[in-house]
Amino acid sequence: MIKTKNISKVFLIGKKQEKELRAVDDLTLEVMKGEVFGFLGPNGAGKTTTVRILTGLIRPTEGTAQVAGYELGRDDTNIRRNVGILTEAPGMYERLTAEKNLTIFANLYDVPDVQKAVNKYLSMMGLWERRLDSVGSYSKGMRQKLALARALIHEPQILFLDEPTSGLDPEASKTVRDFIEELKSEGRTIFMTTHNLDEAERLCDRVGIFQQKLLTLDSPSNLRDQMFGRRVVFHLQTMEPAWVDLVAGIAGAGNVEVVDNKLVVSLKNPEESNPVIIRALVTAGAQVQFVGVIRHSLEQIYLEMVGSGDRGQA
Amino acid sequence: MKHVRTIIDKEWSEVFKNRWVISTMTLLPMLFVAMPLVMLYMTTSSLPVDLPAESAGLPAGFTEVCAGLTAGECTQIYLLNQFMLLFMLMPLMIPTTIAAYSIVGEKTTRSLEPLLATPITTVELLAGKGLAAVIPGVLISYAAFGIFVIGSLLLGLSTAVINYILSPIWLLGILVLGPILSVIATIVAIYISSRVSDPRVAEQLSGMVIIPLMLVMFAVLAGKLVININFMLIAIVICALLAFGMLRLGTVIFDRENILTKWK
Repeated sequence: MIKTKNISKVFLIGKKQEKELRAVDDLTLEVMKGEVFGFLGPNGAGKTTTVRILTGLIRPTEGTAQVAGYELGRDDTNIRRNVGILTEAPGMYERLTAEKNLTIFANLYDVPDVQKAVNKYLSMMGLWERRLDSVGSYSKGMRQKLALARALIHEPQILFLDEPTSGLDPEASKTVRDFIEELKSEGRTIFMTTHNLDEAERLCDRVGIFQQKLLTLDSPSNLRDQMFGRRVVFHLQTMEPAWVDLVAGIAGAGNVEVVDNKLVVSLKNPEESNPVIIRALVTAGAQVQFVGVIRHSLEQIYLEMVGSGDRGQA
Repeated sequence: MKHVRTIIDKEWSEVFKNRWVISTMTLLPMLFVAMPLVMLYMTTSSLPVDLPAESAGLPAGFTEVCAGLTAGECTQIYLLNQFMLLFMLMPLMIPTTIAAYSIVGEKTTRSLEPLLATPITTVELLAGKGLAAVIPGVLISYAAFGIFVIGSLLLGLSTAVINYILSPIWLLGILVLGPILSVIATIVAIYISSRVSDPRVAEQLSGMVIIPLMLVMFAVLAGKLVININFMLIAIVICALLAFGMLRLGTVIFDRENILTKWK
């Protein structure tokens, strides 16, 4: 659905455009049909620029891409026809009603039955009762829902969501998230940039951590395993120093730490190693109370990859 | 064409919901109609009707226009020569109000990106934005001129003065040159609107398109220029060529990427 090869984007900045700003550097990735892909990175990492490139709004300086089967730079109008975009700011026509806003975009996207599509999305987003109110009177959450409806009005093959829950209160965020999950269950291809790592973990099949360059790309669980391995905690009634060496000597176990009466062990395959370790500990006289797994969050992976600094807007 | 109609519909829906814009668009033409009518009304009752045109003391170049007319008629025609230019100023000023806001307004409300993300082409977008500004400007100018003609008839002006108002010079000027000027003003305003980051700056800069016409008005006022049919025909040809060139250039220089990324 989306295939990029060595995409780069350089902006000329400064009063005389004498400086170069490399917003995207050598981006190669593939997003499959029906996949929800999370594009994560700090502010100014080039995420919005990437979305703009892939939706045919701006041209890459280098590289090639195919979006919805169309060549970027050659078939941009067709790309725009086949993708929907939720921009970072909803950008609605505030003096106009929700119905009018959607009608305008349905016409611009050449939707065959405009009124039917408008009615469908107004109802789906729970905006039917307020459809004749000007958007200026809408709450932030309602505007975001309307912007989502606008992005979907022409039933695009691919949906680009740029920070879909940014600035929304928890309730509105949940509504938007639930809707994205619904779209996911319909098998839509979604390319989503977000700061909300919990959201990415919950919604995305794969995530790419990006900071001008693609730093890593995989499913959240694989990333976790790659970066931290799987950490298992053995809660013991008492602790003997000899048990550390005992566990460290078992095949597949590594990085054994003692925290109070707990042994924390990195295991490549806990399903195989756990019974062996428990048997060894019990044989050595330990009383194993219970065993747990430490789950590293996507946030830990993200912070490990990009650090926690805010880099400002590109 | 559907995309162009959609943009026009969108622009008008937004513009005509703003009472201030409507006020600006209607008050100015009302003023431009009232001013010459008041002037004609006052001069009709006060000017001598039995003296020859030469005795009116008007600039030498103008007396040819007044051949065979009385001093009163000639004075009214001389004054009309200046006021009629106001009907050509209207199609310059009214579209500017709409066009100057058209792009920068979308930038500031962040609605430009979703708009540019649709399959609309640059030509369609510019045509929609341009026509949404030009059409009201031209229609209001035509309506204002129509009201002025009716007002002139009701004032009981002499046939010579009415004939002058409805002469080919002014019919060409108002019905043909006016719309062409309107197109030029709109292109300039849209271009400025796409380059600046503040709607107020766009409006102020776009307002400068009236300067050339103001210069013509001053030249007429100073007696340095008499608007005749040759002047009008030459002006139409030059302005039409200019408008055509600007239309072509506009679609080339309107760069979506620059407009989207270089405005903060």
